[in-house]
Amino acid sequence: MGRVVLVTGVSQPLGGRFARTLANNPDVERVIGVDVVPPRADLGAVRFVRADIRNPVITKVIVGEDVDTVVHASVIAAPARAGGRSAMKELNVIGTMQLLAACQKAPGLRKLVVRSTTEVYGASPRDPAMFTEDMAPKQLPRAGFAKDAVEVEGYVRGLSRRRPDVTVTILRHANLIGPTLESSIGRYFSLPVVPTTLGYDARLQLCHERDVLDSLQLAVSADVPGAFNIAGDGVLMLSQAVRRAGRPLAPIPSFAVSAVGGLFRSARLADFSPEQVAFLTYGRGVDTTRMRKVLGFEPSFTTEQAFDDFLRAKGLGPLAPERVQSVERGLRDLLVREGDRG
Amino acid sequence: MADAEVIPLGTRGRPGRGTGRRGTPSSAARSLAPKVPPARSGRRVDPPVVPHPRAEELADVPSFDPDALFVERPGGGQGFDVAAAIAAAAREVFGDEWERRLAELLAFGRRRLTGDYTVDEFGFDPELTSTFTMAALRPLAERWFRIDVRGLDNIPDTGGALVVANHSGTVPLDALMTGLVVHDHAQRHLRMLGADLVFRLPFVGQLARRAGATLACTEDAERMLGQGELVGVWPEGFKGIGKPFKERYTLQRFGRGGFVSAALRTRVPIVPCSIVGAEEIYPLVGNLPTLARLLGAPYIPVTPFFPWLGPLGMIPLPSKWLIEFGEPIRTDAYAVDAADEPMTVFNLTDQVRETIQQTLYSLLMQRRNVFF
Repeated sequence: MGRVVLVTGVSQPLGGRFARTLANNPDVERVIGVDVVPPRADLGAVRFVRADIRNPVITKVIVGEDVDTVVHASVIAAPARAGGRSAMKELNVIGTMQLLAACQKAPGLRKLVVRSTTEVYGASPRDPAMFTEDMAPKQLPRAGFAKDAVEVEGYVRGLSRRRPDVTVTILRHANLIGPTLESSIGRYFSLPVVPTTLGYDARLQLCHERDVLDSLQLAVSADVPGAFNIAGDGVLMLSQAVRRAGRPLAPIPSFAVSAVGGLFRSARLADFSPEQVAFLTYGRGVDTTRMRKVLGFEPSFTTEQAFDDFLRAKGLGPLAPERVQSVERGLRDLLVREGDRG
Repeated sequence: MADAEVIPLGTRGRPGRGTGRRGTPSSAARSLAPKVPPARSGRRVDPPVVPHPRAEELADVPSFDPDALFVERPGGGQGFDVAAAIAAAAREVFGDEWERRLAELLAFGRRRLTGDYTVDEFGFDPELTSTFTMAALRPLAERWFRIDVRGLDNIPDTGGALVVANHSGTVPLDALMTGLVVHDHAQRHLRMLGADLVFRLPFVGQLARRAGATLACTEDAERMLGQGELVGVWPEGFKGIGKPFKERYTLQRFGRGGFVSAALRTRVPIVPCSIVGAEEIYPLVGNLPTLARLLGAPYIPVTPFFPWLGPLGMIPLPSKWLIEFGEPIRTDAYAVDAADEPMTVFNLTDQVRETIQQTLYSLLMQRRNVFF
């Protein structure tokens, strides 16, 4: 008998694409997509149920449809999408609590996959260079998406304690980037002038959108419990990434950063939440040994390739590379000529 | 001054050489003597220059007309002042190979502008460090502190090793100088472990990461050592670097021995390193603890010249430096779980500390004078 998978957050681009691909998987009999708003994209063979995970209707869906696998992919990163920070928190935290309560009551449930984020590690100057899955953050995220993700993971751990028969897999994805995805870091690099914190250069580790989908697929089919960092190999320095995007840097002294960030946020240009500012100041790296050795996942994009793929799609690139090269060559020829004469 | 005095650098582990005694110039000094001016010690081996693979790309690019950049003088035929000056300066700085070196420098600039370089997971930028940071520090080490290096053979050529050194001098110049000496003489990058204050400070933290440093914590130390890097640690920390001048050359507590457990866990040798001379660069005669607390700094130094002379007081005194790398202490003979036995860790910590302290005393006996 095939498996019945329930996917939350299918109206978001990533959740929808994931559910559609999953429905084509021969091992999967049915995919049920759940979200509060109807999806704009075509979901293919996915059966869509319009339900709010914040109310008990979800229990009926899980038990009534005989769901054996739940993929919780609806944790929202940007407050703008949810219609404000409080609505976002409501959806993320209360929604997860309701969903997990329903999961606990479902006797047929065998597996729970949760999409989380490496933002649960926070970002501070006291961080180790690379976080492994069992390291605790040096500074617990105090607000925003990161705090939601920490709380969600807490509730998920609670469920895995109470239902030891359910395989619980948590995937912590690094900051997402990709050609079609609207991510906060993508919007940041698309700004005409990229503000950074003066005197700091963050290490960025990115995860390509295709690797997000592939890792979720693998987590559904593989049977490995635990938390896994999912990220591309290697890091880019923030200044290096901005140069590659060919954008002018605007370093802002750290005391003015929150004011400028607020300005950008209210103008809806980019999402400069405090935890994103911390990330763009101190950076973060995660160790992916467990992803390779235990989960058996091999990302198709390194951080650099993922970023380049994003740049290609957005039509960004280093500032006139041919011009720079020809200036370099011209200067060299000139100086050599002068030096030989003198 | 009639002729330039040649100060030998580095003895490749042979004791008694290059101590700067007049009348008995070391072999390094003799071989250097005819070359005037001897910019650097002949012992320093320039790393083989590998042309950047992308240098050839330039051939395909249509040439940019440089004449458009500079306005020709009305007289004509005089050449371009700026270009000529740069070319002359390049010849002066780079010597005979100036054309190649200049081309490399320009290519380096282009890669910086377009972000076309790679850093490792700790944020280490080897190209920038070798091209820029080390070049900036070199005159300070060779002309100002005239560092005399001993025991370079004790630094393994490959594989992980932990260099443990004493810390002093109010400003961590000793760490930078050790890094330079290792880079120039042992052709390896010394990956330093720094306090979290370093990474909290703007600019300093950024430069430190670029130069290969990372936070002094067990996770990072073990990760680096496990990857076969040469890691440098100054376990006295702020207690060592900020101690009063009257306590010079007395080692402080060596942290909690975390560096020993890291070496035991990764089974790499510990290379004790003794640095003489750094204590005298900024003699710390006082401290402003209230101001320090206010600013969140571990101490605010008062030296005979700082803050009295303002920026002038920030010039380090030109003391004569000796850096000696001692015989490596092997950790692979210990049991696998030795890192979890506090007594083994304490004893090994003491052994490293004693070795460095004894070497410091014997180096001080050999040094004739603080400044020569």
